[in-house]
Amino acid sequence: MDFLALTIAGILSAGAPLVLATLGETLTERAGVINLSLDGTVLLAAMTGFAVALISGNPWWGLVGSVGVGVATASILALVGPVLGRSQLAVGFILTLFCRDLAYFLGHPYARKFGPELPVWSIPGIRNLPFIGPIIGYQSPVVYLSLALTFFFWWWLFSTRSGLELRAVGEEPWAAFARGIKVQRLRIVYTLIGGALVGLAGGAFSLAVKPGWGRPQGAEGAGWIALAIVIFGGWHPLRGALGAYLFATLQVLGIYLQELFPGLPAVLFQVAPFPVMILTLLLVNMGRTGWFKDLAFRYPGLKRWLIRWQVTAPAALGLDFRPEKET
Amino acid sequence: MLPAARLGLSLGRLAASLFLSLVFTTLILLIAGAPPIDTFIILFAGGLGSVAKLAQTMSVWIPLVLCSSALLLAFAPGLWNIGIEGQIILGAIFATGFLRPFAEGGSPLILVGALLAGMIGGSLWAYIAGVLKTWGRVHEIFGGLGLNFVALGLTLWLIFGPWRRPGVASMSGTEPLHPSLWLQEFKGLSLNPVSLALALVAIGLVIYLLRSTRWGLSLKAVGQNPDAALLFGLKPNKRILESMLACGALAGLAGALQVVGVYHRLLPAISSNYGYTALLVTMLASFRPQLIPPICFFFALLNVGSIQLPLQLKLDSSLSGVIQGVLVLSVFLVHGLEGRFRLGRKKE
Repeated sequence: MDFLALTIAGILSAGAPLVLATLGETLTERAGVINLSLDGTVLLAAMTGFAVALISGNPWWGLVGSVGVGVATASILALVGPVLGRSQLAVGFILTLFCRDLAYFLGHPYARKFGPELPVWSIPGIRNLPFIGPIIGYQSPVVYLSLALTFFFWWWLFSTRSGLELRAVGEEPWAAFARGIKVQRLRIVYTLIGGALVGLAGGAFSLAVKPGWGRPQGAEGAGWIALAIVIFGGWHPLRGALGAYLFATLQVLGIYLQELFPGLPAVLFQVAPFPVMILTLLLVNMGRTGWFKDLAFRYPGLKRWLIRWQVTAPAALGLDFRPEKET
Repeated sequence: MLPAARLGLSLGRLAASLFLSLVFTTLILLIAGAPPIDTFIILFAGGLGSVAKLAQTMSVWIPLVLCSSALLLAFAPGLWNIGIEGQIILGAIFATGFLRPFAEGGSPLILVGALLAGMIGGSLWAYIAGVLKTWGRVHEIFGGLGLNFVALGLTLWLIFGPWRRPGVASMSGTEPLHPSLWLQEFKGLSLNPVSLALALVAIGLVIYLLRSTRWGLSLKAVGQNPDAALLFGLKPNKRILESMLACGALAGLAGALQVVGVYHRLLPAISSNYGYTALLVTMLASFRPQLIPPICFFFALLNVGSIQLPLQLKLDSSLSGVIQGVLVLSVFLVHGLEGRFRLGRKKE
């Protein structure tokens, strides 16, 4: 029982940065902008967070630094992409490589050093409960933040006026424009907010989940996984968070399996998330292929099963919106 | 526009982009507490300083040109072949695997087989990403990227598992090839004529294919408008798979050449990130083939020059990647600003 509770606690902790990055990218893509720079941004934010914490002696300042890096990267993307009309995918990809190398370059003096970590919060009243206590009674603040933000953005996206506007901007920018919504401004705002969350994810890695900085840090590839989870989660905060915990579960299971079967090569567990990533994307996209539609026609049961997984991207995702061109 | 005016505009853009990158790079160096001028001197002297260093720069130029030409073929039908990194690795793995039975050495003709094996390996990896896209609708960015990590895992598994060196398995790679299976280098230089020739042939071939053949034209048609291409009977999915196969073959060749021409063994870092760097090169060239060789030379120069940084200034060698990224971002920024400026003028 305790073992199970500790495992779930481990999954919540390992999943926290993934959840934060997934939420951020979900918001950005809901507004119609693809921020492909996640993998590099997470690393640069992780390095900055750790370095700032080390220099200031305060992990909270480190977290602020991480968020700053996320916003800065997102603002470059917003400027060159949506504002100046260059390819979002191209700029995002360049930023990925650039931020990763910049993190290794600037982080060189801070590699493999001990630094401050975020404290573990213990929640009075909950920490003593049986089973629940070990799960969410004492966790890092980033874990509570990731849980709270998941539900907050779920509510906010589907139950508030501004959430509706955000979805309109990503689905029907022209209709939104005609209704007087400032499409371009909202896109920039949500790119920046998304970037802030991605930066937070970086800080969550280096200040809580995988404390410290080095080359490799251990967060490499996490950004790409988060990008895939956004698709798997169908651009829905709850389903996205679920996807993030699925990958965190894999990670935790990997640690156990490694102890159970020491003969298996360790690389297997490092690489495993990526074929799973491809398979999950296959699962949610398969429904739209011709061969699958034929198959579903013959076996209707198949369709009913898969329809639950199928996702549709925001209609204007990745498309430029420039009303001035029309005039 | 007059040709002279157009040239002036291009030069102006280039100057503005270079100036911006210089400013950004200097800023980054100052943040890192490094002396900017000394750093630049080391960077350029490290790759240009002597004939030997120039040869080393050219030996990096070769895989970059091969991969950039490969990417031109993938970008023509609009494919983001980020999986090129894994395709290089698979080329290296296949070439090494082909050469393993010849531990006692043999005729240089065996090397032809090794290079072909590498091309097959690269194609195979690219084909998987292509099929995932055409048959499974998994975007090639995710398919390719996932396969990159799998390829890296495969290399590590081979080096520490079935292909480990007798005695100690280590990050230094597999047992070196028999010297008779090394590509002959120019005397005293770390550069071999076969690789150089193959890179030149590759870029020439790609330019010819894209400019002067029906196949190249149909690839571009698929990239411009897949729906129209379908109506014209150009079979977009088939073209996509073909372009992936061709791209993977060139990337695999680059990987195989790293094995037989440079490292003479399989290493965990055999691809040296050249695939990702080549993606930057191709974007910086705005997909214009004639710009590929000079840009590759400049990027190779930065890569080779940065090797000296940890020794002389205690800086991380990833600075080359930082400068390359800054350069491409600056070019995008300048182009974007120019477009914005034009749009603003038209309105008035």
